[in-house]
Amino acid sequence: MSAAAAPEAATAAQPAGPQIAAEPPFLQMENVSRRFGSLKAVDDVTFGMAAGELRAVIGPNGAGKTTFFNLISGLLPPSQGRVIFDGEDITRRSVAHRVAKGIVRTFQITEVLPDLSVFDNIRVGVETARGLNARPWIGRSERIAVNARVEELIGIVNLNDKARRVVGELAHGDQRVVEVAVALSVGPRLLLLDEPTAGMGDSETEHMVDLVRRLHSDQGVSVLFIEHDMDIVFDIAQRITVLDRGRVLADGPPEQISADPRVRAAYLGEAE
Amino acid sequence: MKRAAPIAAMWIALIALPWWLPLIGGYTELGSKVLIYAIATMGLNLVLGFTGGLSFGQAAYFGLGGYGAGMTLKYLVPSTPLAILVGTVVGGLAATILGPLVMRRRGIYFAMITIAIGQLFYFVIVRWNEFTGGEDGLAGFGRQPIHFGKFVVPLNDINFYYLVLLCFTLAVAVMWTLLQSPLGHTWVAIRENRRRMQFLGVRPERYVWASFAIAGFITAFAGTLNALLFNFTSPQDLHWILSGDFVIMIVLGGMRSFFGPLVGVIIFVVAQDYLSSLTSNWMTFIGLIFVLIVLLFPRGVFGIFERRTKIA
Repeated sequence: MSAAAAPEAATAAQPAGPQIAAEPPFLQMENVSRRFGSLKAVDDVTFGMAAGELRAVIGPNGAGKTTFFNLISGLLPPSQGRVIFDGEDITRRSVAHRVAKGIVRTFQITEVLPDLSVFDNIRVGVETARGLNARPWIGRSERIAVNARVEELIGIVNLNDKARRVVGELAHGDQRVVEVAVALSVGPRLLLLDEPTAGMGDSETEHMVDLVRRLHSDQGVSVLFIEHDMDIVFDIAQRITVLDRGRVLADGPPEQISADPRVRAAYLGEAE
Repeated sequence: MKRAAPIAAMWIALIALPWWLPLIGGYTELGSKVLIYAIATMGLNLVLGFTGGLSFGQAAYFGLGGYGAGMTLKYLVPSTPLAILVGTVVGGLAATILGPLVMRRRGIYFAMITIAIGQLFYFVIVRWNEFTGGEDGLAGFGRQPIHFGKFVVPLNDINFYYLVLLCFTLAVAVMWTLLQSPLGHTWVAIRENRRRMQFLGVRPERYVWASFAIAGFITAFAGTLNALLFNFTSPQDLHWILSGDFVIMIVLGGMRSFFGPLVGVIIFVVAQDYLSSLTSNWMTFIGLIFVLIVLLFPRGVFGIFERRTKIA
């Protein structure tokens, strides 16, 4: 598609959400670009997301979705533009600072602590959330409180029967659930999920989709997720942002996206 | 609590060691040496096995502890507790100060920089003749009786063994507490997946530094006792060959288990003591034992027990 169409679509999409327009966006990216040599992986993207949203990012392979995530989470600095979260310019801020502000992510390739149990994986997250990492001892009451929170999180993600199993020996789908539970343990306000259902079977996918939905509705976490499975995207996302060749091609509620001819041409038409 | 019985048995055996060790042809100093090396290797294992940093120059802090203790006795004050304290602080501070050079390195680079720093200390000790005795080592000091008010404990071989056992108990309690703490959990998590920890907002370098520094203090603590055991210390106590021996001991016993290094030390020191009385090529046989154990028990000798408890 022509390069001129993209910013037009992005700006045109802004007033489409009436409930969003009232307060300043939770996450705001202003003209953000990221180059790798001559390749523009993310090209002049302007993006806004309100608190409490459940938003999907879609786009063909190489559209810049993971780079987009890396710019939000702080793995990469942008070549140009600004990233603003909850009123603070975090463009040059460290990953640790962003996590402290509540931006937590998972990865396309599962990142867990493979030799430890489900319980121990999540416990590290809970201890981190409480700022205990540097403590060389732990008192009895604090240990009980930490363990109770770990059990609670295990309950939320439905892994009670596998709590003592070593994560590296679990099925792929369960490992991804553990990863989400660890991310959840540090108390995210914005959870970034990079292809949460990649490589999963049907029942595993169902479990994950249900989990994401519950995190959003019950835990009040804003969720931004990259997903290839269009059934899932149109099933759960409140809004969808379409990336193509590093640019925002369209942005809006699912009905609008599925009706958008440019999206159909660039993406849905050839991919599905 | 399945572990309580073997650990109680171990402690009883250690307390009773001066009675039973001579019966099987050993001697009390051998028991002291095993416990001293156990403190050193268990301390090193905080970095190696639990934090995942390949520290291959740990003997430097062991040796610095030894020289710190020996030089305190020789030049400063004739007090055994002060010698232990000074030696521990000297070796521990050296590790703490050099930690920032090490903490960002990973894998083989971690190993190389720790070896290089270790050799640096080795050459300093060798060259600084007039204070350290150079190549000949530091002699001319002796452990002093310990005073508790009017009560004086002479440090003969058996009493010294019990002092070492007391120090071992203390070190074990400290390390056990650390590994049960959030700090210990963070170390293990960094070993398992550094990137995951970064994305939880943790800066791994700081914790690697803490691990390296604490390991330095514990290894130096062991080094002070080593100097007091022989009333002598030499540059060999800082040399990379001893660092390598420490790593071999840990791998023999099992680097993922708390008491694994102790088992490895027993195998290594006993084999060394026994084989070197039979042949001057004893290192060959140590190497053979090492290869066999790595082939047969990849998780170290202690790994067999670990497996069993995991399945049960």
